[in-house]
Amino acid sequence: MNQPKIIELNSEQSLLINPDRPIYLDYQATTPVDPLVLEQMLPFLTHDFGNAASRSHPYGWTAEKAVEKARQQVADAIHADPREIVWTSGATEATNLALKGAAHFYSGKGKHLITLRTEHKATLDTCRQLEREGFEITYLEVQEDGLVDLQAFAAAIRPDTIIASVLYVNNEIGVIQPMEAIGKMLRAHKVLFHVDAVQALGKIPVDVEAIQADMMSLSGHKIYGPKGIGALYVRRKPRVRVEAQVHGGGHERGMRSGTLPTHQIVGMGAAAELAVQSMESDAKRIRQLRDRLLKGIQERVEETYINGNMEHRVPHNLNISFAFVEGESLIMALKEIAVSSGSACTSASLEPSYVLRALGKSDELAHSSIRFGIGRYTTEEEIDATIGLIAAKVDKLRELSPLWEMHQEGIDLNSIQWAAH
Amino acid sequence: MAYSEKVIDHYENPRNVGAMDKDDSGVGTGMVGAPACGDVMRLQIKVNGQGIIEDAKFKTYGCGSAIASSSLVTEWVKGKTLDEAMTIRNSQIAEELELPPVKIHCSVLAEDAIKAAIEDYRNKQGGAQVVAPAEMASAQAAH
Ligand SMILES: Cc1ncc(COP(=O)(O)O)c(C=O)c1O
Ligand code: FES
Repeated sequence: MNQPKIIELNSEQSLLINPDRPIYLDYQATTPVDPLVLEQMLPFLTHDFGNAASRSHPYGWTAEKAVEKARQQVADAIHADPREIVWTSGATEATNLALKGAAHFYSGKGKHLITLRTEHKATLDTCRQLEREGFEITYLEVQEDGLVDLQAFAAAIRPDTIIASVLYVNNEIGVIQPMEAIGKMLRAHKVLFHVDAVQALGKIPVDVEAIQADMMSLSGHKIYGPKGIGALYVRRKPRVRVEAQVHGGGHERGMRSGTLPTHQIVGMGAAAELAVQSMESDAKRIRQLRDRLLKGIQERVEETYINGNMEHRVPHNLNISFAFVEGESLIMALKEIAVSSGSACTSASLEPSYVLRALGKSDELAHSSIRFGIGRYTTEEEIDATIGLIAAKVDKLRELSPLWEMHQEGIDLNSIQWAAH
Repeated sequence: MAYSEKVIDHYENPRNVGAMDKDDSGVGTGMVGAPACGDVMRLQIKVNGQGIIEDAKFKTYGCGSAIASSSLVTEWVKGKTLDEAMTIRNSQIAEELELPPVKIHCSVLAEDAIKAAIEDYRNKQGGAQVVAPAEMASAQAAH
């Protein structure tokens, strides 16, 4: 049943796709470990297996040395000091530690936090938990292009605001928030600035000084490193304090206990270094591929809408709505491509993407959206195959769509009284 | 999500896709769902003089399970009387297509679409079940 499929690119070229290995265009979900990274990790699983906390023998010393080298690599990648890096199991934990840890520590000063409606769930769900604990959260609206309005941000700051948390690069629509301006404003009001830079590292320059971040969450598996490892940057000058959320052996200066996973940490360090080194060349190539994809789609498919600002955006992400076609059915048709959709039907909750809805997109366009994530290993052939597949499948599904038929007949869908259910 | 083979089959080879003249008095049209909910299903039936559904067509905007559910019911209603078609339940559709719990509402939509189409047809007939000779002729001519 699972025969490889041949996709014709043009009269001379074709691409063979194994159904178990569709074209991977979901690089914002996760990335494969770069072979150069893996190579550095492997010895720490076998030969150099020591516990970095073992102070009494060379096994421990070797592990500790590797952990500290990686700490330096991650610190360098964001222009921080290694003593400001705390290892965690990933960005979700880093964000929990940042927001809960700082909120608890500074709750005497105030109990108000600010964040955006388009944040990652790691931030939003942590904020919900803080609300249950008696904190008050302002969830700022964003503009139609996904960017936050600085005036609205400034207006939300109160005397009792202790922390603001902002997603540097949005994971669904790739837009880049004006971090320097936000950082400056927050510093002036003595509000701690937490940044989720998971999707920014390796894609754009990240500098904790330039944006005056006080805390920053990072993740290994979005930068061609391993899953299950992340880091929280915690500023030393002026000093930021976070209360530990995980207690135990007092590792990581008491901020996060637990035996350090040396191989994962080595992987994250190597990946961070590589991410910065290859950032420019990756971004240049990826931008060409993104432009090719967008042009190809726009030439061949009508009624498409780009979600999110195109200028303040990383080229690694393209989020497009194909009107009159529902996202999950499109993904089902696109067996040869691995992408994700903001459609409700792909989510367990049957709600369309809250990010797209926050842009004020009609629910309909949210249901019809596809996120293309382009990465280090994407090829031009894969992009060309994607364009052809998208064009063919959108056509096919529109033939099936009563909404497309009505649109063709010139009926305004908004004029119809739909029986909502 | 993994789909059952039946869903994939209906999705890849949908049966009875198309449109009928909704102003034809022998045609009943049911459109259910809403674009904002991510699903709109239109089912049309053509009823002959004996009150039997002799043709059915659909178009659906929705997930693969919604498309498969509507494709399946076009097959099921054909040859049935209106009263028989009214007895089709979403649970039968869900069972036939092996829909997982989160996709049950897609089958509910298909059941609603059948009912809406029958109701539309009956309204056009002025609530009466008898078809006028002229309409019978047009129904047959279309076949
Ligand atoms: C923007 C953003 N923040 C946080 C996370 C969570 O990272 P992790 O998987 O390392 O917990 C992700 C990845 O899902 C993300 O894209
Ligand atoms: S139409 Fe949305 S889950 Fe089926």
